Amino acid sequence: MSSAEFHTQTLMQLAKGLESGDFTAVELVEALLRRIEAHDKALNAFITVTADAALQAAERADAGRRKGETGVLNGLPIVHKDIFCTRGVLTTCGSRMLENFVSPYDATVVERLADAGAVMLGKTNMDEFAMGSSNETSYFGPVRNPWDLECSPGGSSGGSAASVAARIVPAATGTDTGGSIRQPAALTGTTGIKPTYGRVSRFGMIAFASSLDQAGVITRTAEDAALLLGVMAGFDERDSTSIDHPVPDYVAGLGRSLEGLRVGIVRQHFDAGLDTATGKAVREALSVLEAQGASLTEVDLPNLDLSVPTYYVVAPAECSSNLSRFDGVRFGHRAADPEDLLDLYCRSRGEGFGAEVKRRILTGTYVLSAGYYDAYYLKAQQVRQLIADDFRKAFAEVDVIAGPTAPAPAFRLGDKTDDPITMYLNDIYTIGANLAGLPGMSIPCGFASELPVGLHLVGPHFGEERLLNTAHQYQLQTDWHTRCPEGYV
Amino acid sequence: MSAAWEVVIGLEIHTQLATKSKIFSGASTAYGAEPNTQACLVDLGYPGVLPVLNGEVVRMACKFGLAVNATIAPRSIFARKNYFYPDLPKGYQISQYELPIVEHGELFITDDDGNDKRIGITRAHLEEDAGKSVHEVYDRYSGIDLNRAGTPLLEIVSEPDLRSAKEAVAYMRKIHTIVRYLGISDGNMQEGSFRCDANVSVRPRGEDAFGTRTEIKNLNSFRFVERAINFEVQRQIDVLEDGGAVVQETRLYDSARDETRPMRSKEEANDYRYFPDPDLLPVEISKEFIDGVRGTLPELPDEKRQRFVAEYGIRQDDAAILTVSRALADYFEEAAAAAEAPAQAVANWVIGDLSGALNREGLEIESSRIAAKDLAGLVDRIHDDTISGKIAKEVFEAMWAGEGDADAVIEARGLRQITDSSAIEAIVDKVIAANPGQAEEYRAGKEKLIGFFVGQVMKETGGKANPGQVNEILKTRLK
Repeated sequence: MSSAEFHTQTLMQLAKGLESGDFTAVELVEALLRRIEAHDKALNAFITVTADAALQAAERADAGRRKGETGVLNGLPIVHKDIFCTRGVLTTCGSRMLENFVSPYDATVVERLADAGAVMLGKTNMDEFAMGSSNETSYFGPVRNPWDLECSPGGSSGGSAASVAARIVPAATGTDTGGSIRQPAALTGTTGIKPTYGRVSRFGMIAFASSLDQAGVITRTAEDAALLLGVMAGFDERDSTSIDHPVPDYVAGLGRSLEGLRVGIVRQHFDAGLDTATGKAVREALSVLEAQGASLTEVDLPNLDLSVPTYYVVAPAECSSNLSRFDGVRFGHRAADPEDLLDLYCRSRGEGFGAEVKRRILTGTYVLSAGYYDAYYLKAQQVRQLIADDFRKAFAEVDVIAGPTAPAPAFRLGDKTDDPITMYLNDIYTIGANLAGLPGMSIPCGFASELPVGLHLVGPHFGEERLLNTAHQYQLQTDWHTRCPEGYV
Repeated sequence: MSAAWEVVIGLEIHTQLATKSKIFSGASTAYGAEPNTQACLVDLGYPGVLPVLNGEVVRMACKFGLAVNATIAPRSIFARKNYFYPDLPKGYQISQYELPIVEHGELFITDDDGNDKRIGITRAHLEEDAGKSVHEVYDRYSGIDLNRAGTPLLEIVSEPDLRSAKEAVAYMRKIHTIVRYLGISDGNMQEGSFRCDANVSVRPRGEDAFGTRTEIKNLNSFRFVERAINFEVQRQIDVLEDGGAVVQETRLYDSARDETRPMRSKEEANDYRYFPDPDLLPVEISKEFIDGVRGTLPELPDEKRQRFVAEYGIRQDDAAILTVSRALADYFEEAAAAAEAPAQAVANWVIGDLSGALNREGLEIESSRIAAKDLAGLVDRIHDDTISGKIAKEVFEAMWAGEGDADAVIEARGLRQITDSSAIEAIVDKVIAANPGQAEEYRAGKEKLIGFFVGQVMKETGGKANPGQVNEILKTRLK
C-alpha cells in the first residue's frame, strides 16, 4: 500500500498493515501530517498539531514493534478533542480562557490510549467548553463540515468529527454531554459512541456538566470504535463516579447475529419536527435491521419531550459551578492591570468566556439561586428520574432503541446562531441518553439533500457491547459508513 | 450584667481532622511547610481534576458522633457551597448541607451554678478547608497560600443552649477535650486546627422569641471567646437599652482593643447556591461500620472522670482536671499504680508541682522531665517518712533538672529526714538551752513560741528533722 492510501484505511486495517510490516508508524504519521497540512486550513478542525511529538512517538512505536513489544494500538494515529488535558501540550477547551494553558498532566483517557501505543497527532477544535451543537462557539473559529464547507459539522466535538470524516485521521476522541459525539457523527457521516455514564474515566476531562459528561470516540466503523473503547473503558480510582464493572472484549462481541434482537421505535420521534428525507433514511435503516432478524416494536417514552428543558436546567447549573475555577488567579486568562479583586474576576471572566458560555453560567446561577432552587434544579433532577424510569421500562421490552440522531442534516454555519433555543433543539433525540446515563451510538444510514444522516441507537446501562454489535452487523450489510466526501477521497 | 436580659449563645466549631492527607486528595496536611508546596492539582482546582474521598475522615466523624451520643446518618451527601474568593481555588467549597453525617448529639458541662447542664449539638459535618490569605506581608498585594486548601474539617454546630460566656467556654473546652481524646484532632488553636465562631443574641428574660443575633468569627483561644462574647453581649444590651436595634451581621474580635467590630459588609451578600456535588457519591454507613468504630472508642472524659473518683477516691475537681487530656490522665494512672502512697497524694503532686513545672517551660505532659513512676517514687518517700513534704519540693526540682530519681537525689544531697528520737532530743535540748528567755515565756503560757523553737531545730538540722517528731519532743522537753 502506498502512503497515498493510508487515509483510506480504518484503524483495524492500519493495525494489520503495521503488524505485517507493510509500512512503519513513522510513514503513516508523516502521511497524515501532510494531510492535515493540506486540508485543515479549509476545515479548521485542529487547534494544535503535535507534529514533532507524534513523530517521536511513532519512532518509539516502530522501535518497540521491532523488539516485539506491541500495545494493542501500537503506532496507530488518533487525535484528542481539546477538552482532554494533555501533559506539556496546549489544552484550550475551545476557549480564550485557556488560550495559553499548557496542562501539567494527562487525562486518564489520554494516558490509557498512549500506554496502548496510540500516537496523538494533535488536539481538535470544539465548541467552547463543550457548549454548543455546531462548533460555532469556539474562540478559534468554526469548524467546517467536509461534506459542505458552508455547513456546520455539528458540535461540540466538531473538530473530531470533521477530521475523521475528512479522512485526516482514522479516529478521534470526543465527549458527549447532550449529544456532542453522536450529533456531529450524524452530521458528518461518521460513527460515534458515548458509553454508559461511569464507563470511562472523567479524570482530566475538563468538566462541563459533571453528571452528564462522558468520553467516547468518533471513528469510521463500529469495529474501530470497539477497539478504542476497550482501551479507554474501565474503573479509575481518580474518578469517584467511575464504575468498577468488568470491561468486556468489545471486538469479540461484534460478530453475534442480530436474529432475535428486539428494537424499540419511539413513537414520539417520528413527528412533525423530523426532516422528511432524514425520516426516510432512518426508516430504511430499520428495515435493514429487520431483514437481519431484528423485530421492531413501538415503545413509549412519555416524558421525553421534557428532556431538553430538563437538560437546560441541570447542565447549566453544574457548569456554572464547574467554571467558577476560571477566575484569572492560578491559571488561564487574566485581565491586564486589574484594579482590585472584583475587577480581576469580572474582566478576566468577561474577556475569557464567549457568549454561549456566559449565557449558560447565568442560567445555571439563576436556577440554583435562593428561592429558585426547588422550582428549577430540584424539579429538573426529579423529572430526570422520570425520564430514566421511562427508559428502564422500555428496556424491559426491547434490547435497543433506534431512531434518528438529529432532526435534520447539517445546517449552514450562521443559520442558528441568533436563536439559542433552536440550536438547543438539535439535541432533542440524543439528550435523553445523557440524562439517564445510558450508552448511545450514531452510525451513518443514508443521505438527505446530499448530506449524511445518522441512525441513533440507545442501549440499557452497560449495553455498549450490544450497540457495537448491532452497528457492526448493520455496517456489514450497508456501505453508508464507507462514503467519503468529495475532495477528501 | 443586668438580670433583665438573657443571653443566648450558639457555637460553631471547626476542628481540623488529623489525617495525613487531605479530604479529597493525597497531598500532605502537615503544618508549617513553605507556601504552596502542599497543594496538588486537585487542591488547586485545575481543569479536569476530580475529588476522591479520604475514608479516614468518615471514621473520624463517626467517632465524634458516637462520643456525643448523636445519630450517624446512614446516607449523607457532599454539597457544593459556591462563592468566589482567591483562597478558594474551585470557586466552591465541598461541604455538607441538607444531609450531614452526624446529627442530634449532646454533651454535658457544669453550669455557672455547679450543676450538670445538657448542651445540644445540632449537627456535625465534613468539609474541606480553604487556603490562607496573607494581607500584611506584601505591599498593596495579598498573598495566597493554598497548602491548607483541602484539609479536612469537621464543623460542629451547637444548639443555642448556652446562656453565658462561661458556659460557652466550658462547652468549647469539652469539645476540645473530646476531639483530642478521640485522636481525631490535635486541637492546636495556634496552628488553626481548632476555630470557633460564636452566634450571640440577647432577649428580655422570660421572652421566648430569640433576639437578633450577630456572628463573631474566628476566635482561636478560650480567653478570646469569653472576652468577645462578654463584650458583644454588653454592646447589644447597650444598643437595645438605648432604644436601638441589633443589626444582624458578622463581626470580628479585636483582642488588642477587646472589642468586636463588623466585618466588611460585602462578605454578607452571599447566596451559596448549595447543590449536591455530582463528582462524589453519597457516603453510605452501615450499622456494622458504626459498630466497628464504636469498638475503637477510648474511654471518654466523663467516664474516666467518674472512674477516677470511684476507683482512686480522689476529689471530683481533681478528677476533672486530671482528665482534661488523655495524656495527663494516663500519666496520673501510671504514677498512681506505681505508688504505695494514696492516689490523692499522687494527684496533688501532678496537679501542683508537676503541672507548675510543665507550664513554666511551656511543655506538654508528654515532654515531662520526670517520668510517672519516678514521681510515684518521690511521693512514696514522703509517705514513708524518708523526707518531709518541704524537702520533697527540693528533691522534685533536682529530679526535674535531671539529677536522677528520688532516692538518688536524697542520697546525693543527704536529704534523708532525721527520725532518730535521741538525735532530735539532743538538738532540742541544745536549742532550748540556747534560748532560755523564750523557754521561760513559753512555760509561762506563750504557746505560740513553739513555732520559733521548731524553726530553730529545723535550722540546726538543715530542715531534715521530722517535723512531727520535733513538735512532740519540744513539747515534752518544754514542760
